[in-house]
Amino acid sequence: MTDAAFPDGAEGAAPRTTSSLLTQDTRTKKRNAAEARFRAYGIAAIAVGLVFLAVLVSSIIFKGVGAFQQTFITLNVELLEEKLDKSGTRDIEAIKKVTTFGYNPLIDAALAQAIADTGIENPFSKGKDLRKMISSGAAADLRDHVIENPDEIGKTVSFRLLASSRVDGYLKGRVTRESLARDKNLTPEHLDIVDALAGAGVVTKAFNTDFITGADASESRPEQAGIGVSMLGSFYMMLVVLACALPIGVAASIYLEEFAPQNWFTDLIEVNISNLAAVPSIVFGILGLAVFIQFAHLPQSAPLVGGLVLTLMTLPTIIISTRASLKSVPPSIREAALGIGASKMQTVFHHVLPLAMPGILTGTIIGLAQALGETAPLLLIGMVGYIASNYPDGVIEGFMSPNSAMPAQIYEWAKRADPAYYERAWGGIIILLVFLMTMNIIAIILRRRFERRW
Amino acid sequence: MSAFWLLIILLAFAAVGFVLGRGRALASVNGERRRLHSLPNYYGSNVAMLAFVPAVLVLAVWVVVQPFVINSSVSNHIPAELYQTGGELNLIMSDVRRVADGLDLAVKGGMLTTDEASNIDNDATDLRALLGEVGIALGSEIHPSVLSAAQVMRTQIATGNLYRSIVLLVIAAAGFFVAIRMTSGEFRARNMVERGIRGLLIAAASIAILTTIGIVLSLIFNTLEFFRLYPAKDFFTLLEWAPSFSGRGGASSLGLLPLLWGTLYISVVALLVAVPIGLFSAIYLAEYAGPKTRSIAKPMLEVLAGIPTIVYGLFALLTIGPMLLSVFGDNGFGWMQGQRSVMTAGLVMGIMLIPFVSSLSDDIINAVPQAMRDGSYGLGATQSETVRQVVLPAALPGIVGAVLLATSRALGETMIVVMGAGAAARLDLNPFEAMTTVTAKIVSQLTGDSDFASPEALVAFALGMTLFILTLGLNVLALYIVRKYREQYE
Repeated sequence: MTDAAFPDGAEGAAPRTTSSLLTQDTRTKKRNAAEARFRAYGIAAIAVGLVFLAVLVSSIIFKGVGAFQQTFITLNVELLEEKLDKSGTRDIEAIKKVTTFGYNPLIDAALAQAIADTGIENPFSKGKDLRKMISSGAAADLRDHVIENPDEIGKTVSFRLLASSRVDGYLKGRVTRESLARDKNLTPEHLDIVDALAGAGVVTKAFNTDFITGADASESRPEQAGIGVSMLGSFYMMLVVLACALPIGVAASIYLEEFAPQNWFTDLIEVNISNLAAVPSIVFGILGLAVFIQFAHLPQSAPLVGGLVLTLMTLPTIIISTRASLKSVPPSIREAALGIGASKMQTVFHHVLPLAMPGILTGTIIGLAQALGETAPLLLIGMVGYIASNYPDGVIEGFMSPNSAMPAQIYEWAKRADPAYYERAWGGIIILLVFLMTMNIIAIILRRRFERRW
Repeated sequence: MSAFWLLIILLAFAAVGFVLGRGRALASVNGERRRLHSLPNYYGSNVAMLAFVPAVLVLAVWVVVQPFVINSSVSNHIPAELYQTGGELNLIMSDVRRVADGLDLAVKGGMLTTDEASNIDNDATDLRALLGEVGIALGSEIHPSVLSAAQVMRTQIATGNLYRSIVLLVIAAAGFFVAIRMTSGEFRARNMVERGIRGLLIAAASIAILTTIGIVLSLIFNTLEFFRLYPAKDFFTLLEWAPSFSGRGGASSLGLLPLLWGTLYISVVALLVAVPIGLFSAIYLAEYAGPKTRSIAKPMLEVLAGIPTIVYGLFALLTIGPMLLSVFGDNGFGWMQGQRSVMTAGLVMGIMLIPFVSSLSDDIINAVPQAMRDGSYGLGATQSETVRQVVLPAALPGIVGAVLLATSRALGETMIVVMGAGAAARLDLNPFEAMTTVTAKIVSQLTGDSDFASPEALVAFALGMTLFILTLGLNVLALYIVRKYREQYE
């Protein structure tokens, strides 16, 4: 029996509240409101997560892009013979005796000349004050150039010198005139000169290739610091990880997935792998320090040791994904191979493994990406940022000589007091993320193209 | 012969063995391959394997064991009056090793002949300067007994290496000839080789066990060493963390509790951020979102999990820290002194953990069978009532497991707290105060330090042990809860 059989107001109807499907009673309203609220919570949670992501990405991009631009001052430096080569013999040993201090007056003169050319008054009588606009590494660049080209002594050569980090910061808006009040390095008069020189095209901003290829610089020269050497350190570590983790991981997975009998030993391995996947990365750093450096006396700070530590750390990741892709190869493949007389080993290596390869490679790349971004264990084995100041001399040196890695270099820059280094750190993160993104995209493409659905 | 050249020789041996074994197998059946039990390459591989593998295993063991044997025999040559403790003996022994290495390097570099090096007289030549030239820097003058011990060590290493070469070559040759003798048409070479490969696979799988053993041993030994130098009672009960940088031990107070407090506090803040956001996102994605929203929002959230922690650390230090300071700092509420605080690190760590909670919970919620939802709808429940009263209780063990795993992740997180939480250990309730954690202190006590003799450095291993036990316990608990309370649905 339904309400429809008893029209409203009909006799005999129970004295109950009238209710219609078209109007909601209070309880339904409450329940519907709760439903809407609950749904809103979900949307809000996702929105908050995405907002965090957006803030993170935008702050990386806005703060990091500046690192790829650098301010240069183009100066016509007269390479005076009486300063650089008193004897006039162009003897390379004699030229090398002139230290960078000997080059400073040349830069001062060229800078003063450039200022005079723009027509504004030069308020500084001492070259030392004027020179603060130029990176303190500029004289060394000049000297290197002269030692390479001794025949240019006596001529006037145009150089593109790095501006000091304060001038760079001023042009990028990081340093303001107000903030200079507490800064002994630069005065507002300098900024007037910079404005004039920028108008004359002497001070220019250009793409900063040195940031990508260069080495780390000392604390006082952020304008010279680059991430190139530590990138190489990361590269060598990834080679070690690839060479160790891939074969070991694949062999271990093959054993566990295809051969292992159900016994305590197999259980022990399984438990260990799942636990290692959850051990904090810093514990692997302690392991590396104690086993590889303290016990085995491998060289400290070497990419080889870093690679070994990261290998142990990424092994569980690779094993888990490799096992998943071995498992996804259907048993019919194995049965067919066994049926035509292949041995178990031949079945696995000739048939199952090739079919599982795309999945294995995807897992390996993701494991490598994880290893590339890892910082904490590297700090413990001594791969700290400031070590990355020279390129290694060869492949063996590349593995054995002290170096850093990209994330450790970024950490080092973030620790330094000069805000100019913060820009470098964000810029380094952009490079790191570009690498990670490329690796992940390759992994996705591999999966899309080669993964077979059975 | 160095280990490297031995390895090369063994490899060459194996290559020759491969060719000979294959040839012998073919010759034994007069080139009729059908009459062989296995493919010819298996016969070659069998010879190569037997020649190479046992020898290399012995080589590996030898390389590890020889330094210990020589060390203990040489340390008997050090007169007992030179040292009081085992630590001092270790220092002397490391000097001995360096002198011995230095002499070898000098011979290699052509600065000394072999005879000169063996009979070198500390009084006649300035040994320290000589060793400095080959890149071995010594802290003090060389004691005569150190020099004589170094000479003993050099001769022992030389004889050890000689024996090693002989033994290895004998083993390799024996394996080679045995395998060649075995090779004939009926010999089951493939089974033999496959057994070898299987052994290799087992060895690879055992590396996981070895790693765990390595972690546990390196933590235990160094922790015991630490407790020998520093009372364990102080470590567990002192409410102060103040390592001295001047002297060794004594003045330092190394209490675990302030660090543990900082770790737990930051983790709690992180979980307060991550669990609600992660859980609600998971519920929405699993229950409400259409396939299109899901295919966009889920990967976007998971991007957060792929970002390296150093990025989050920098984000905490340079973005979130200043942002919080401008609101809660002296210009705002006045609760916050610097950019680094529990809140800074906890908030950023919470962001990092969101995808961790959400994707695990998402999987678990999806595993609840649709029939249970349909039953609930059939009784007239709204969607949210179904989620709260049917789906969540069914998924609860899994969700608790996910939260525990996230907690263990939070306890072990390093870079965010190193950069965002500060360096001062403090027992305080104000979340806007800078505090420090176990992981941050491990980094600061061990970075750039290669001297493991002081309690200030060794304490890092005790901290690591604490961390390892905590995270391991949480992981085991999470697995246990998931296994025990998981509902089995058909």
